[in-house]
Amino acid sequence: MQKDKVITAKDLTKRFGDFTAVDKITFDVEKGEIFGFLGANGAGKTTAMRMLCGLLLPTSGQASVAGFDVFKQNEQIKKNIGYMSQKFSLYEDLTIVENIRFYGGIYGLSDDRIKQKTTSLMKQLHLEGQEKTLVRALPLGWKQKLAFSIAIVHEPAIVFLDEPTGGVDPVTRREFWGLIYEASARGITIFVTTHYMDEAEYCNRVSIMVDGRIDALDSPANLMKDYSAASMDEVFLHLARKAVRTGD
Amino acid sequence: MKPVVVENIVQKYRTKKTVVDALNGISFSVDKGEIFGIIGPDGAGKTSLFRILTTLLLAESGKATIDGFDVVKDYKAIRNRIGYMPGRFSLYQDLSVQENLEFFATIFNTTIAKNYDLIKDIYQQIEPFKDRKAGALSGGMKQKLALSCSLIHKPSVLFLDEPTTGVDAVSRKEFWEMLHRLKLQGITILVSTAYMDEASLCDRVALIQKGDLLSVDTPGGVIRGFKKPLWAIRGNNMYQLMNLVKEDASVESCYPFGQYHHVVFKKPGDDKQTLENIAQKGNFHDLEIKPIEPNIEDCFMALMNN
Repeated sequence: MQKDKVITAKDLTKRFGDFTAVDKITFDVEKGEIFGFLGANGAGKTTAMRMLCGLLLPTSGQASVAGFDVFKQNEQIKKNIGYMSQKFSLYEDLTIVENIRFYGGIYGLSDDRIKQKTTSLMKQLHLEGQEKTLVRALPLGWKQKLAFSIAIVHEPAIVFLDEPTGGVDPVTRREFWGLIYEASARGITIFVTTHYMDEAEYCNRVSIMVDGRIDALDSPANLMKDYSAASMDEVFLHLARKAVRTGD
Repeated sequence: MKPVVVENIVQKYRTKKTVVDALNGISFSVDKGEIFGIIGPDGAGKTSLFRILTTLLLAESGKATIDGFDVVKDYKAIRNRIGYMPGRFSLYQDLSVQENLEFFATIFNTTIAKNYDLIKDIYQQIEPFKDRKAGALSGGMKQKLALSCSLIHKPSVLFLDEPTTGVDAVSRKEFWEMLHRLKLQGITILVSTAYMDEASLCDRVALIQKGDLLSVDTPGGVIRGFKKPLWAIRGNNMYQLMNLVKEDASVESCYPFGQYHHVVFKKPGDDKQTLENIAQKGNFHDLEIKPIEPNIEDCFMALMNN
């Protein structure tokens, strides 16, 4: 593995019986890159992401994430990545600080480090004075921002974001991307899926999956040029319409 | 008679300690055969409004009618004549596709054959799977089945609560094409969404945020309501560029929009030259600055900040 690559995947494949969910995907993601992982429902994104997170054993191919092999070192992968999705993020019946402490503990941070992190996070998110607020009582947008910050509380090499901004108001959605840019500037690699095509344009590079394969992978500007499209929305529609498979 | 009239509807949710204001006295009406969009983020009050209008929730105060029937007094008449597709898949998972459709047809005292014309377009796409259990369908197919079931009694008003949430761009486009074909059959459609770009597909929209209506207008009217000039800027380092522009005292707002940042100045005198001057403080190349037309999301954010 080259030093500056956080993900390398070669011919990575997952079959369920005679159904090939992910079909020989090959790609690299560089350190600090914001990598958009797009595809229609059912294209194989979730399966690919589960393999990269060490949650699902591939059928064949090779891949390493944060320097660890997806076949043999999936436990190390889990410790060295961050993960956040719209569906699973924080414990609603714990306070903000309890959530930070819980996840800090899970990721093996020392008590001192957790204390430090708590102070700096509360400040960064302008949540000072709300330490004892239950997460349930926070507006959705704040929850998402807090969830992202907690997903990278252990300064992982890479964080996986699965549709992090669904349903969030447009201002908060942009503030959320501000946090993503900041993390990427600190060297944390961002791997993100989204249904918002304008968000695809914020990524350094995007890949588009169709029927289990990566059909396109480049910077948004180059993709738009290649497909003579005015927006990523057009590029996506052009590629995803070819799909034979449908559904989740 | 307007198919939907909403007057000063207020809704609050109470727990032991707190009161949450879900709808703060909202009013609007919908014309016959219109596609009317309720557009706003999660938590804006969209679902509360839909539940009140479909007679599933009693409002704290205010009045609403559907086809002239009162949502409190005449709930039975309303339930007979509306179609409702909730945000969460609510069909019977352990019945097959066809059994679900038959069930809803029977409940409404009709048959599939009687109104087949109306759903043909949509149902044909899932008919090859008619013996499959609804629980085993993919997201897109579930959505089509739910829409078919909500249409089987030929409702006069159709309520669709976030039908496209979590649906990919291709399926979203197809879904809207289906709605436009239904509109041609004379059905009035109320549809909610958190995707701002879907506003342009509606005849009129109500923008909703934290229980208040920010604007009720045609998509074009909403856009014409954006009075200040809007500029788009891009360069090689977008994050740095955004921070620099945002910090400048002359700038009212700067938001990223895909490949560009959209910028509004506080005073009308500032223009392209001002942006060029700001950008000069950084070391940018490939700088591009141009005036642009606002989209619904620009308008929504401007209204939110008012």
